[in-house]
Amino acid sequence: MLTQLAIWVGGGFLASLALNRALPGLGTGRVQDWIKNTGTVGMFGYYILATVLVLLVDYYVGFLMGANMPEWFKSISLLGSTRLPFLAWLLHGIVMFGVAGFIFRALGRSVGTELSRKMFRQMPITASFGILTILIYVIVAVFADIIAPYGQAEVFDRINLLPGGNPDLGGDPSHPLGTDQIGRDLLSRLIFGAQNTVGIAFVTTCLAFFIGASLGFLAATLGGWFDQFLSRIVDMLMAIPQLIFALLLMTIATAWAGSERWLITIYMILIIAVLDSTRVFRLSRAVGMNIVVMDFFEAAKLRGENLSYLVFREILPNAYAPLLAEFGLRFCFVFLTIAALSFLGIGIQPPLADWGTMVKDLSQFINFAAFSPLTAALPLLAAGAIALLTVAVNFVVDWMLHRSSGLKE
Amino acid sequence: MTEKEPLVRIRNLNIIGITDETEVPIINGVDLDLHRGEVIGLIGESGAGKSTLGLAAMGFTRDGCHIRGGEVTFDGIDLVDAGPEIRRELLGKRIAYVAQSAAASFNPAHRIIRQHSEAPMVHSVMPRQQSEEDAIDLYNRLRLPNPEEIGFRYPHQVSGGQLQRAMTAMAMSCRPDLIIFDEPTTALDVTTQIEVLAAIRDIVSQFNTAAIYITHDLAVVAQMADRIKVLFRGDEVEEAATGTMMKSPKEEYTKSLWAVRSFQRKQKPLAKKGEVPVISLQSVTAAYATTPVLREVSFDIHRGRTVAVVGESGSGKSTAARCITGLLPPLSGQVLNNGNPLPASFRQRNREQLRQIQMIYQMADTALNPRMKISEIIGRPVEFYLGLTGNEKKKRVFQLLEQIELDPAQYYNRLPTELSGGQKQRIGIARALAAEPEFIICDEVTSALDQLVAEGILKLLAKLQDQMDLAYMFITHDLSTVRAIADEVVVMKDGEVVESGAKNKMFKPPHHPYTDLLLSSVPEMDENWLDELLDQRGVENIGDAAVSKMAGN
Repeated sequence: MLTQLAIWVGGGFLASLALNRALPGLGTGRVQDWIKNTGTVGMFGYYILATVLVLLVDYYVGFLMGANMPEWFKSISLLGSTRLPFLAWLLHGIVMFGVAGFIFRALGRSVGTELSRKMFRQMPITASFGILTILIYVIVAVFADIIAPYGQAEVFDRINLLPGGNPDLGGDPSHPLGTDQIGRDLLSRLIFGAQNTVGIAFVTTCLAFFIGASLGFLAATLGGWFDQFLSRIVDMLMAIPQLIFALLLMTIATAWAGSERWLITIYMILIIAVLDSTRVFRLSRAVGMNIVVMDFFEAAKLRGENLSYLVFREILPNAYAPLLAEFGLRFCFVFLTIAALSFLGIGIQPPLADWGTMVKDLSQFINFAAFSPLTAALPLLAAGAIALLTVAVNFVVDWMLHRSSGLKE
Repeated sequence: MTEKEPLVRIRNLNIIGITDETEVPIINGVDLDLHRGEVIGLIGESGAGKSTLGLAAMGFTRDGCHIRGGEVTFDGIDLVDAGPEIRRELLGKRIAYVAQSAAASFNPAHRIIRQHSEAPMVHSVMPRQQSEEDAIDLYNRLRLPNPEEIGFRYPHQVSGGQLQRAMTAMAMSCRPDLIIFDEPTTALDVTTQIEVLAAIRDIVSQFNTAAIYITHDLAVVAQMADRIKVLFRGDEVEEAATGTMMKSPKEEYTKSLWAVRSFQRKQKPLAKKGEVPVISLQSVTAAYATTPVLREVSFDIHRGRTVAVVGESGSGKSTAARCITGLLPPLSGQVLNNGNPLPASFRQRNREQLRQIQMIYQMADTALNPRMKISEIIGRPVEFYLGLTGNEKKKRVFQLLEQIELDPAQYYNRLPTELSGGQKQRIGIARALAAEPEFIICDEVTSALDQLVAEGILKLLAKLQDQMDLAYMFITHDLSTVRAIADEVVVMKDGEVVESGAKNKMFKPPHHPYTDLLLSSVPEMDENWLDELLDQRGVENIGDAAVSKMAGN
């Protein structure tokens, strides 16, 4: 297989070199221009992309044929005989999400007010996928009690570590994703995890924005020693690596909380919010600085308006776009920080279901990959949920940044 | 004119812009012929499509614009369908572009001469050494001071007018066949403008370069162009040789453009002796940190009068306004309002004192909060100063909108972004009026507007003054505006008042040499004006040179 790979890569490079040299004589003007501008290295990039695509098709066709694979296919195929279903699931997932995003966008284009329809018409498919995903997460989080088949702390006698629920392989149809090692239904815990992890992350981000944005705007408006004082404090907080600082503070908070375990969660929200608000402070101060030098702000100042009018009526409406974009990004970071803290065991406390803790608890099953690939994939469920939301939020943020920067044409 | 093929040939050009899914026509079927060595002037108000047409002559459109039809050929080369290779060969080498703001167009991180020799090197016209020698020669011809040395400075070390000339030299670096000048002097003072105009005109004729000169200032285009093309909303209005166009324009629209400058209000008599002025500056001295910007400035502004404060940029006229509003507390001296001294900083003034002094800004775009509706922009001062709320407030805003000649029902709920430049400026006026002040500072209120629109604003301001007996402080560098609206004139230079008095006196000799220089630097609607001026002053003594000479005296 290594020889095969070497042949593919080396041959591909030579082929792209040849293409780049020979093709300018062929094809239409546009193709010629394109090839000339792309260069050998660029052509090799396209070649690698094409190779990956061929390998994917090869694998997928092999997956579809399963046991009925003819001999000739087996002899030329590189990945077709691999029996692992993960890549196929991934492919299915991407296609399904793409289609779902497309349908969602088509729906948005035909339903709703003129304004919302226009928004959907100008939306790229990535953004509509992102919005749809976030919507689904929100619905799952809000209605977790109704959607989840079991409670998050409910322990069953029959531990079943095989996802898929196929009784022939030893699965249990009543637990479609199986249970964890102490017998809690994984599907239910995933659903409740949305409520806990996403909900707490949302609250934390809102708090961080409230603190950071209001202080940032105030610093921009007042300037002088107030600005210096706050900015230096923020510099100090930002000088310490965030995760380590959070760990340190959480250790202290855990000692304070003592036996009241739920207090730890409150402390965690406060700590992460304060630490993240430093970033928000810097952004809103910078944005605010650009607004306070505008003539309309001077006009309001000369009118004798008070601080709250200046901040909330003159600055804030003009700072929505960058703040909203930052909100999306910040939410991801907060979310990952919480997951990381929970993974380390000092974040959201059991028995509350949380994706970070789930990854940690199930991580030991990676060792079983050689015997039962499906069981080894268990920690990927929660990790995938985190990854999917992060990707979705970033898609939406990209789109909003694109809109607010005036690049939409 | 000649049977030879024109250098640039544009036929039935259609350009559209796409915003928010709707196509907006920008150029509707315009033709243009430009021969070698000829200068054509494109004029029209903003939105007329003059810049778009100028760029289209390079086969280039701004983002969001597309050429929908028609042909553009440059020396027989089709530019509409030309690939990047062909364009790269032409642009910079045979077609050059000079932008409005030279300060924003130079890369601040490189020396000027480095940027100058970039195009010749890329196009293999000449090696760096030779190109730099050539640059110094060009700087000489453009009469830049210290031509040997100026190219080795960074852009921020050179003044605006000089930078604009360096940019023209840069456009000349490959000896192109065509240069497109996009409002090269709009951002400059009158005294600086003359130098740039003279320099551009000389160099274009020396090298027999064809040029497209885009501007909205008729007097300027009259000096520069052989032919003038008037555009209006993407349509050609008319085209004729400069002399013909100036003397006998055919179309109504062109005539109205020509007539703008004739607006002039009757001058009011000077205030009686002993009358208390609304605003009085008494030997005000101010500084930004340690740099002094105002020295012992004193002048009075009386009820119902307009005082125009003129001077070039850096003369301290806007700083005087900042002292009056209290944004910049003066180091010494004081500002009196109806005989009572005002606290130095606006923070210490009470609401009543703040209400009396209102301001209208130069850039209407930044003067109105883009996220506030008109109803709130005007309604807020009404509520804030007069305490009106609910229906009464709405009634008052309607009244104000009527006063500034905008339909209240239509504009009440709009956002500033949905208005044109002139309408925005009117909203700015309404906001100032809403406070019912005695005194309004107008800071270059018309300089960002087209002449027709500017005239409308000036007429409106004059009407409001008559109705409400307002006092205006009119900051401007445009002397035709002064002529149109002022009662008294204060001429400022380097933070000092050079001369002041009634307008009719100021526009008649004898006056201070600086006033004289300012006045004679204002372009006139006469195609021979620049030549005559150059004859009078001599080539070495125009613009900046004359100013600095005077400072030495």
